[in-house]
Amino acid sequence: MKHIIDPLDLSVEELDSYLDLADRIYANPEKYAHVCDGKKLATLFYEPSTRTRLSFEAAMLNLGGSVLGFSSAENSSATKGESVADTIRVVSNFADICAIRHPKEGAPMVAAQYSQIPVVNAGDGGHQHPTQTLTDIMTIRALKGRLGNLTIGLCGDLKFGRTAHSLITTLARYAGIKFILISPPELEIPDYIRDNTLIQKKIPFQEVERLEDVIGNLDVLYMTRVQKERFFNEEDYVRLKDSYILDMEKMSLAKDDMIVLHPLPRVNEIAVEVDNDPRAAYFKQVQYGVYIRMALIMKLLEVNDIEC
Amino acid sequence: MNVDSLKRGIVIDHIKAGSCMDIYKYLELDKLDCSVAIIKNAKSNAMGKKDIIKVEGLLDIDLDVLGFIDCNITVNVIDDGKIIEKKKLTMPETIRNVVSCKNPRCITSIEHGIDQIFKLSDPENHVYRCAYCEQKYEKK
Repeated sequence: MKHIIDPLDLSVEELDSYLDLADRIYANPEKYAHVCDGKKLATLFYEPSTRTRLSFEAAMLNLGGSVLGFSSAENSSATKGESVADTIRVVSNFADICAIRHPKEGAPMVAAQYSQIPVVNAGDGGHQHPTQTLTDIMTIRALKGRLGNLTIGLCGDLKFGRTAHSLITTLARYAGIKFILISPPELEIPDYIRDNTLIQKKIPFQEVERLEDVIGNLDVLYMTRVQKERFFNEEDYVRLKDSYILDMEKMSLAKDDMIVLHPLPRVNEIAVEVDNDPRAAYFKQVQYGVYIRMALIMKLLEVNDIEC
Repeated sequence: MNVDSLKRGIVIDHIKAGSCMDIYKYLELDKLDCSVAIIKNAKSNAMGKKDIIKVEGLLDIDLDVLGFIDCNITVNVIDDGKIIEKKKLTMPETIRNVVSCKNPRCITSIEHGIDQIFKLSDPENHVYRCAYCEQKYEKK
């Protein structure tokens, strides 16, 4: 039984096989409509979510399975003080696979220690979000044709932005990757990403404050929202929330084939006028998210691919 | 100052001066019935000053805890008044339930009954990180 808690839980070879399966599903979704008949996905969301939870649920429904779960801690026994360990031991009796989102970092790892079914980290606080990364790299591979030899700019809240942490950790394993990290000093990447992933593995990166100065060098621009819910101090959030706004003026400085990604939801960090630019790929990204999660569910449930 | 030689037990030597009480706490020596001698600021040619702990009657000790604190410490096992073994310390890959994560955003801050696990992430700089949230362990 395999759990997906950290981006490094999947080897590069496994990532390739997940992406290949997702591509086959994307090409022929109807052929996969019953491969998970009778299987159940539990979505344990202790924190609000629109895309990730609905994407997981859509993925399971598209495969013929069914879903159960809760969408906030208030609707669960967490309000009665139940631990994550006890909750997953109970849910293991009701479902075949589980996706868990929790505001505390490391909660999915606790769940995996006590679970009888595969556990997928659907976001743990400001730490990691490995399935968003699957969505991101499927989008990059589809639109850029490769996952290596790319200059990736990550912009905004790199301190609490869990999608940025998982994306850096994953892409750092591909050859020829260079990162440009664009953030105010208060929202720089955490030291476990800088020290353990970038410095120890000698990945080229630079940290800058101005998007305009570097946007012309990028193959991929990954915008992130300033994570209001992670701040202990409202004043700090207000001071930093408008640090970066991508508009058409800045887009005019970018390469013609750069793509713009965003894990969504956005607040105001991408102006609506950018949506119509062909380089804006963030809504396409959402679509890919369902297919890669279908592939993920099939792999973790060890459902054989069908002959096409 | 004289502390009797051990007939049988363990001498934890070359402890960085001032750290002996941390070791006393981590090894839970307060829970032992046997004699424990703590020598602070002993003269040392190599270190200038050092701390020493002598534990009578005990031949086994959690070397991982000592390796986590400082792998330059030496551990001598004494029997019949003679050193019968010098234990070599290394930094353990994982330590469990020795120290706690201080990150208020970590699941360990609210979930009771789970192990506190730290993993060695940078041996050169002696950095351990929480297995759950990856926060660096800061000694003080």
